[in-house]
Amino acid sequence: MALALRRRRNVTEAVADEKIRIRSVESIDVTVMIGSAIASFALSQLLYETFLPLSGALGYVVVWYVLFLAVSWIAVRELRGNVRAKDHLARVVVWSGASMAIVPLILIVLYVVGKGYHALRPQFFAEDQRYVGALSDATEGGGAHAIIGTIQQVGIASLIAVPLGITTAVYLNEVKGRLAKPLRTVVDAMSAVPSIVAGLFIYAAWILALGNQQTGLAGSLALSVLFLPTVTRTAEVVLRLVPGGLREASLALGGTEWRTTSRVVLPTSRSGLVTAVILGVARVIGETAPLILTVGGAFIMNWNPLAGKQDSLPFFVFRLIRFPQESQIARAWTGALVLMILVLVLFVIARAIGGRGPDHIGRLKKWRLQRKGLA
Amino acid sequence: MTDLQITTPIPTVASSTAVLADDTRGAAGLTANNVACWFGTKKVLEGVCLDMAPGQVTALIGPSGCGKSTFLRTLNRMHELVPGATLGGEILINGVDIYRGAIPVTDVRRRIGMVVQKPNPFPAMTVAENVVSGLKLSGMKVTKSERDDLIESCLSKAGLWNEVKNRLGDPGRALSGGQQQRLCIARSLAVSPQVLLMDEPCSALDPTSTRRIEQTISEISESVTIVIVSHNMQQAQRVSDRCAFFLAAENEPGRIIEESPTKDIFTNPRDSRTEDYVNGRFG
Amino acid sequence: MTSVADVSESNLVDEARVTPVVRRSKVDRAYRAVATLSGSVVFVVMALIGGFLLYRGIDALRISGWGFITESQWAPDMGGAFGIAAVLPYTVSIALVALFLAVPISVATALFITEYAPRRLRRFLTATIDLLAAVPSLIYGLWGLFYLQPRLITLSKWLADNLGFIPFFEVNEDFGTSLGVFPSSTFVAGVIVSLMVIPICTSVMREVFGQAPPGEREGAMALGGTRWGVVRDVVLPFGRGGIIGGSMLGLGRALGETIAVTLIISPSFDAKWSIVEQGSNSIAALIALKFSESTETGISALMAAGLALFVITLIVNTAASSVVNRSRSGSATEI
Repeated sequence: MALALRRRRNVTEAVADEKIRIRSVESIDVTVMIGSAIASFALSQLLYETFLPLSGALGYVVVWYVLFLAVSWIAVRELRGNVRAKDHLARVVVWSGASMAIVPLILIVLYVVGKGYHALRPQFFAEDQRYVGALSDATEGGGAHAIIGTIQQVGIASLIAVPLGITTAVYLNEVKGRLAKPLRTVVDAMSAVPSIVAGLFIYAAWILALGNQQTGLAGSLALSVLFLPTVTRTAEVVLRLVPGGLREASLALGGTEWRTTSRVVLPTSRSGLVTAVILGVARVIGETAPLILTVGGAFIMNWNPLAGKQDSLPFFVFRLIRFPQESQIARAWTGALVLMILVLVLFVIARAIGGRGPDHIGRLKKWRLQRKGLA
Repeated sequence: MTDLQITTPIPTVASSTAVLADDTRGAAGLTANNVACWFGTKKVLEGVCLDMAPGQVTALIGPSGCGKSTFLRTLNRMHELVPGATLGGEILINGVDIYRGAIPVTDVRRRIGMVVQKPNPFPAMTVAENVVSGLKLSGMKVTKSERDDLIESCLSKAGLWNEVKNRLGDPGRALSGGQQQRLCIARSLAVSPQVLLMDEPCSALDPTSTRRIEQTISEISESVTIVIVSHNMQQAQRVSDRCAFFLAAENEPGRIIEESPTKDIFTNPRDSRTEDYVNGRFG
Repeated sequence: MTSVADVSESNLVDEARVTPVVRRSKVDRAYRAVATLSGSVVFVVMALIGGFLLYRGIDALRISGWGFITESQWAPDMGGAFGIAAVLPYTVSIALVALFLAVPISVATALFITEYAPRRLRRFLTATIDLLAAVPSLIYGLWGLFYLQPRLITLSKWLADNLGFIPFFEVNEDFGTSLGVFPSSTFVAGVIVSLMVIPICTSVMREVFGQAPPGEREGAMALGGTRWGVVRDVVLPFGRGGIIGGSMLGLGRALGETIAVTLIISPSFDAKWSIVEQGSNSIAALIALKFSESTETGISALMAAGLALFVITLIVNTAASSVVNRSRSGSATEI
């Protein structure tokens, strides 16, 4: 009551031109929440210690949460009635559900950093495992061979999948040919191909049937099977965002279809396409399963993706983590950390580029304009 | 307003595409002969016959949903881009049918330009690039000096040169709404069209920009035939030489009710429905 | 002069519909051809995947016959019997455990993003969900193995101790339940996979929820409805297709998840009801684990297993896409 009164007084005293601040959370809600949190904490303490045969922190949190829901629901129902109590319950459940999705991410990042930074030394990026013996320290040797392998494999996969994917998206959204409808279904289906099946396919088709060896290139092919539908789908979404009015404007100027696509649609969606590609790379870079079957794995540097077994960062981690030696496990964690940093960096770059509008004039474009005398 | 005079002649861009005959330059006459339009099975326009004489401004007026814009879009083959849209009848430019393959569709659209309601400069291009975008898009080649002249003359004709001559390198969308619309007009003019279709070009603009665009229309109307859809009676009266009044009865396709010189349609309409409409009794 | 009068009846052309003649330039025809060609690559690759797996797996299928579906052991290299009768149920139950956890959390997260979150938080959350999808499954697997599993098995133990009468939580341990029997179980694997499924489900659901008609939404608000009322009466009914489709897309992903499951489980070839007890399996993990030690028949058998997995995910995903597409309006923005 006192709280409500004070609020009302504040409203009457407010000056006329002050903006009304709309609050979705009222102070009484906060009071109820804090109260229920404390009450349920106490209750769960009691229950947990005496009645429930639970152990471990996880069970404790679960019990506390359930009790919190119950206590706060009763409190709100007493104060504001049944309808508000349901609303309150839904709000709490939705909030906690959302945090269930976010909290693991934070835990994962922190855990991998904590495990991996010990053995993270500059030479991890410069050395391979050539001189690493069973008794070597975790800081000896490195994962350069795996990093180079990953970069080459993902690079070749991008060279295959990105042009193909964007052209396919153009077919779906610009050419709109007769195949567009079934093609969209098949692209969706292809994006669901399990990564191990992609590896199995390349092993069956490229290695067994065509008689090739396990190489970086074979890995790239497997990765591009996974990469292609991802690029196609995201690129199609991006192209769909280009207003139809721009296409019509281009055609109305006498533009051909090809030039409409290449000079209007693609440039307008450039930042979105770049984002789509980078996000795709970020996903493909961590793929492990198809590489187990295709690249072979190696402990020493192989600069040639066309011949001989190669390593890749995820495969490196996957193999080393199952070694008995602590030093190898530590190296695996370092590899995982590097992999995660790679993904995070790519992700941040993608976000930064994705935020740009189509009228962003970058350095390259400025230079091109100046050369043509248009700036 | 001497600064708006054309100082440089428009380079005859059309001449660089050798195949074009002589009557592909200068204002052209456009004739619609018994045009009908459908969206799927729904007929939205019927029996439209209209002569749009060279160098004249023809205004299409009428209430919303009577098929004016649809008709306008049939005139440069934009109608067929809508899935399920079909049409009948014929449309002739200088006596040549535009639908039956005598002229490639890209040439049809280049010769019959279009400016739509909401300004839509290409976002990924600068002001200058937007002006000459039509050349690139339709594959015309010009020398660098021709191009620079074209940028200046088209922007001048659209009454925009003085405002943007120092901002040619800015993105097209950095301009104000009215400026963007004039940029779109300049963009259309750069491919030297013979006819310019305008679909309510001022409806999204403020009064000052509207006046500026009306001025532009009267300045360019000598060298290009203009067909303009307008909801604004005063505007139709101010800018047009002839007027066509479209009307659709409920659940029936739109038709032309009356078509006469602008003066007549506003002062001495033959049909009572025209009189009611131009006097603001409905629509 | 009025041109309407000028055109006499006899001059009128036929009103019959014309087919507009479009003569495309060479460049345009080439452009369309190239786009069509690259589009058809997708068809070809999909056909090749199915074809090659069948071609390579057919030998093993000939050996096993129907046993491939009914046999639970996996010993193709020793000339023994092999089949997916144990592996497939394990695969499905891992996926179902994952969905059981992921769907409610995804619905809540999607609702949070579209309905509850403050505007500024919305963008951030959407990006975070995208980031969750980008974290490699290897990392999920490692974290699950080293961090989550030791904490999760206490919950497994509680479930077995207190809900042991339910077959899912039953543990066959004569000398009581020690924590040692709970790691590497279907449950642990399912929890990890659920983390990977959440971003997929959430992004589909968020998209569909976001398209709930604003008119109805405001209508419900204007009638004095609470936020929960709006969600219950407008958003959830509208988004039902999104929830179902998103869950099925998640299912497709969960069925094919490889590395995380491979890291967590200890392979078992005896199908059992219990999800908390040690020992589980999945087709994908089977392939990853057995691949390096298999000889010719073994590889062929793995190909057949891969084919089975391919077909199952294909069916699940195609069904899911059709549900999602039906509930999603594909309208483009107009300028």
